[in-house]
Amino acid sequence: MAITASDSFGVRALAHRVKGPRYALLGWLYATPTALFVIGLFIIPVLLVFQMSGSDWPLFTGNQGWNIPSNYQHAVTVRLFWESIRFTLVYTVITTVFLLLLALGLAMLVQESTRWKSVLRTAFLVPSALGLASASLLFYVLYSPVAGPFSDLMDSGGFTFLGTPQGALWSTVFLVIWRYAGFYMLLMLVGFQGIPDEVYDAARIDGASRWNTFRYVTVPLLRPTFALTTVLSVTGSLLAFEQFYILTKGGPDNSTITVVQLIYNVAFQGQNNLGVAGALSVIVLGALIVINVFQLRAFRSPAER
Amino acid sequence: MTHSQHRTPLRAIVTTLVTVALAGSLTACSTTGSTSTPGKAIPATGVDDGTTLKLWTRATVERQARKLVNAYNSSHKNQVDLTVVPFEDYVTKVGAAAGAGGLPDLFAADIVYIPNWVKQGLYQDITPHIDALAFKDKINQGHLTAGVYNNKEHVLPFVLDLSMMLWNKTLFKEAGLDPDAAPKTLAEVTKSAKAIQALNKPGVYGTALGLNCGGCLVFTGFPSVWASGNQVLSADGTQSLLANNAAKAMYTQWRDLWLSGAVLPSSRDENGATWTAGFNDGKVGVQMYPATLLPSITFDAGVAGIPGPDGGASTFVGGDGIGVSKDSKKVAQAWSFLSWTMSEDAQVGVLAKDGSVVSRSDFADNQYALTDPRLVTINQVAAKGETPIAVNFQQTFNAPGSPWLTLVRNEVLGKGGTVDADNAGLNATLGQ
Repeated sequence: MAITASDSFGVRALAHRVKGPRYALLGWLYATPTALFVIGLFIIPVLLVFQMSGSDWPLFTGNQGWNIPSNYQHAVTVRLFWESIRFTLVYTVITTVFLLLLALGLAMLVQESTRWKSVLRTAFLVPSALGLASASLLFYVLYSPVAGPFSDLMDSGGFTFLGTPQGALWSTVFLVIWRYAGFYMLLMLVGFQGIPDEVYDAARIDGASRWNTFRYVTVPLLRPTFALTTVLSVTGSLLAFEQFYILTKGGPDNSTITVVQLIYNVAFQGQNNLGVAGALSVIVLGALIVINVFQLRAFRSPAER
Repeated sequence: MTHSQHRTPLRAIVTTLVTVALAGSLTACSTTGSTSTPGKAIPATGVDDGTTLKLWTRATVERQARKLVNAYNSSHKNQVDLTVVPFEDYVTKVGAAAGAGGLPDLFAADIVYIPNWVKQGLYQDITPHIDALAFKDKINQGHLTAGVYNNKEHVLPFVLDLSMMLWNKTLFKEAGLDPDAAPKTLAEVTKSAKAIQALNKPGVYGTALGLNCGGCLVFTGFPSVWASGNQVLSADGTQSLLANNAAKAMYTQWRDLWLSGAVLPSSRDENGATWTAGFNDGKVGVQMYPATLLPSITFDAGVAGIPGPDGGASTFVGGDGIGVSKDSKKVAQAWSFLSWTMSEDAQVGVLAKDGSVVSRSDFADNQYALTDPRLVTINQVAAKGETPIAVNFQQTFNAPGSPWLTLVRNEVLGKGGTVDADNAGLNATLGQ
């Protein structure tokens, strides 16, 4: 890594000296399409949300002018605000723990097995090809007490998958794990492949057991992969929406309302207040930034600290 | 860190682009607020000059809307272009269009949302046109009143939907009940439902409720309170009266039914998508049910008003109201359609002929209604019905997880005994 970095530095310094501003202009030209997309699809919407969060902005009548900071005061008193935060955190912890453990296990299975490697890898990855909304609809039917294949089972057993708060949570967790395990397995596999064989050879020569190899070689060297997957899973879970919107609509009895669903409800299901929804979004954005900074710090290797 | 030298031009470009884009979006917003004043020289039946009018409705009233639009299009030069939107997406779609100034010329809305939407200025003032109608006092007053804001009228009834008590006469007979006598009180409803449950027929239940559907519970529950002579909301719509004795008696009956196992089990999670399916399949004995779906029932069903805890009868005059949107430039042509929907051709020739309820009381005894005694019953009960009016109706009652759902679910499925505390939650939302 160190070699390539200084290499590119050298090339750039050279370019400046030899080709001058024309070369720099070309660089800007290459970067322009991406920059335009980022500006148009990310920066402007974010600024718009900031503007909304500081304005009286009902859904039906549009912007009515600034009212800082009343939307923020209103946002923390929105019905179910604290419940939704609590549930989102619980859901995030459960999903991340199970998803990463399972993904690691699947990756090791695929890595170890030689004969069925490609079949297994494909099988685990196939659900990732399905959109989350489509997958949610699929599971909605699976879980349905009326139309689903398990409806007779539910009828005789006297239970429903989505009928109780615990059932709804775990049914949704199951869907999300089914949908994402393959994708996270792939990330883990990439991490495995980044570990040089020499390290394993050295461990073998030293007579390390399988467990010790895993514990003292694989896990420490997978640290960047764990950081990536944890950040992805935590961020994704904190922003969970489609699966709950389709499967539970926040029910039963508001037990599965996530923060993003709350934002959606404030914007479109009753209050119809884009200002308060914007304020909630900004609060979530701030929380995400803090959480991610914290995570990246935590995953930094001891040498970097 | 080698990038620092490039930062200044980048920042300049970003700042410029963002400023331009923001300025553009701001000016776009500020120009959408204009509404045209109601035209003065519009003839009583509007202008029919071959204009195309856009009309949006939610899927709930699709059947009636299609028949009305087809009849209008085949008898007028104007053509109405109907778009039907799934009911869960309707508020979102209207909201997005309203913010962007892109509402269709005409759009219908759930009558309970109308007070809020009129207050937000989504509909144009059509007071002079409505006042000019000779039969104005015969038009359903609940719907008309819902569209009044600052003494200006904005909305006419489009499709009326009444909640009625329906019972399956075959199941009543099997359970040894009189198939021609309607249960007169809520307690009698409970008794009948339990009797049908006692038949122990597989898949057959005494009754069904939409216990996770705020709109369904409003539609089927409010009439019981009205039937007892009480109110559900204060006159200004900012206070809930749903902790009064009549309401409490109603929750008690529902709880009794649920605990006795006489309620279709899927009622617990029913969000409104399939809440009438059980009755339609002949698997439910007695249910409070929307009258618009009556034409879809294939077996012999009795129809009566919804009783209160101690008798009486009432109904929820729901359905959709319709008006001219703030963004329409074709008010005169839109009025042609609106005034036509109030005519005998539309009310009797289209709606009554299809078995739907008419919006004008002077057509209640029309030729089609007379051939079906159930329609006469519905039209008679309609006169006793009410339409609740509150600006924050959607978030208090209809929204998923609304305070109203919390109240009912606590009382019927949960521990119970928290009506007063839960009702305070309704008040907090209503009074916002």
